[in-house]
Amino acid sequence: MEHTADWALRVWAADLPSLLVEAARGMYHLMGAVPGAPAGEIRLEVDGIDAETLLVSFLSEVLHLVEDGGRLIQPEKPVLTGFSAQMVASSFEIASQEKEIKAVTYHQLKVGETSLGLETTIVFDV
Amino acid sequence: MLTIKDLKRISDYEWEIPKSYRDDMRVPVRVFATRRLLDAVMQDKSLEQAVNAATLPGLVGHVMVMPDMHQGYGFPIGGVAATKYPEGVISPGAIGYDINCGVRLLASHITYTEVKPHLDRLATTVDQYCPSGVGKKGSVPISDGQLAEICRDGSRWALRNGYASEQDLRRTEEGGRLEGADPSKVSERAMARGRPQLGTLGAGNHFIEIDVVEQVFHERAADAMGLVKGNLVVQIHCGSRGFGHQICSDYVRDFQQAVQRYNIRLPDRELVCAPMDSPEGQDYLAAMRAAANYAFANRQVLASHVRRAFEDALAGRVRQWQLHQVYDIAHNMGKIETHLIDGKPVRVCVHRKGATRAFGPGSPELPEEYRSIGQPVLVPGSMGTASWVLVGTETSMEHSFGSTCHGAGRMMSRSKARKTVRGDKLIRELEADGIRIRAGSMAGLAEEAPIAYKDVDAVVETVAGAEIARKVARLVPVAVIKG
Repeated sequence: MEHTADWALRVWAADLPSLLVEAARGMYHLMGAVPGAPAGEIRLEVDGIDAETLLVSFLSEVLHLVEDGGRLIQPEKPVLTGFSAQMVASSFEIASQEKEIKAVTYHQLKVGETSLGLETTIVFDV
Repeated sequence: MLTIKDLKRISDYEWEIPKSYRDDMRVPVRVFATRRLLDAVMQDKSLEQAVNAATLPGLVGHVMVMPDMHQGYGFPIGGVAATKYPEGVISPGAIGYDINCGVRLLASHITYTEVKPHLDRLATTVDQYCPSGVGKKGSVPISDGQLAEICRDGSRWALRNGYASEQDLRRTEEGGRLEGADPSKVSERAMARGRPQLGTLGAGNHFIEIDVVEQVFHERAADAMGLVKGNLVVQIHCGSRGFGHQICSDYVRDFQQAVQRYNIRLPDRELVCAPMDSPEGQDYLAAMRAAANYAFANRQVLASHVRRAFEDALAGRVRQWQLHQVYDIAHNMGKIETHLIDGKPVRVCVHRKGATRAFGPGSPELPEEYRSIGQPVLVPGSMGTASWVLVGTETSMEHSFGSTCHGAGRMMSRSKARKTVRGDKLIRELEADGIRIRAGSMAGLAEEAPIAYKDVDAVVETVAGAEIARKVARLVPVAVIKG
């Protein structure tokens, strides 16, 4: 999406767990991240105070794995308890990456309902 | 939606959005722009974001936006807001993710004529000495203990470890060290991001640029800074890397709950804040200062690398290859300063996001050699275009909390720039203009194409016209190094 501040991604899905998965996939696509060799299972646990903070926490955790662990995950639908999410996922080394995302922002972030489920637009700082 | 009719014209260079424009505004918004720049700005949400910023508790004076403004996250880039210390709020979003993103300028006695045959070699050598690009690690391995020292001491750590001179520190904003930094207020995750990145340039709009002084406008100031027409200078533009980004992310997340705790209602989540005299506000101040000190040290280490590159490439080939520091400024920062509000000195936190401190002549914060001329202000243009050296003025102290613009200001999205510009074609065009390019990514280069930015000359004309900065010298590029 056009955004002078940096990159924006519009994401939609049937429900909140699926929205988290699609957002992660979209973020990887923006980064031009390509998975390489398998690197074992990873357990993610994140929480928030609402859908928006949960989304940012989840994507920030995924980003942390890229930067600190050098790994991508095969995102699976997390188990949600309120606004806490848990997920076990397969991980992979990063074969290549074109761009760096520095932060996931709350800029104009709103998870809204549509006739098909949920939709949001996330802005990333690059 | 805001239109031009909602703004009151103060002068050719200043406009105001009155407090009455919206019920929740606590102060008016002062816009530094020509009519032409203002018309362009109406295409994005910068002014609406400035109006949103005007709802922050504890604001004094005006919220200001500079002529290089553009839409940011919550708070516009090019924005300045001052909140009363200590009971007013501090807002991480009004300082920016890249805490202490800033610019350092080094100058030389090297003439363009004598260096021209060696410029390709020089550009390549600087590129080799300065790690840049996605995932690049620094060449200065540091332990957790050393990182904590850097958080507390900034450029002084660099001085102790052989990367700096006393003159470098004297000619850095705040001497390259903010007091009150506390690494214990920084998360483990931020420390993990910061440890491998010291001495790296990063990517995006960060760069090292070798320029020539094309024109001098203020001889006395240029003399004091050692800027000579026809001589080489070097700009280094970068910040606190992943370290600062993580700190901002951590506190923007934590403050989502703080605003509920302190019953603060805001029109944008990225404006979340906490009173400066609250535990949350104090913690963020201490962490922000740690990030600021890291960025000062980072630019200092890069400057050291650039100096070694110059020696490697030019010793024995030019008469004097050495580089001296002109100044180092921050353009994403929150500082506790004293300013006159209605004739009375008031202690405030000045949030500058994409705006530069521009203290006027006589300011005690300036080194002795600059006290009579005002603080140097470094304004990089977009890649391949001019950059400027300015000085702060008395008017900036009176009208803009001692602040001015920071650069050209983005006006086209990265995705549109990538679709519009081809990186390899851009390189050929710039090289045809005599500008050597060393870039890690064609897509990244396209995103930074000159057409994606405003005209820096128009931005500088505006701040000079509004008298919140004065022109010293115009620089033109001969080599650009990017990640």
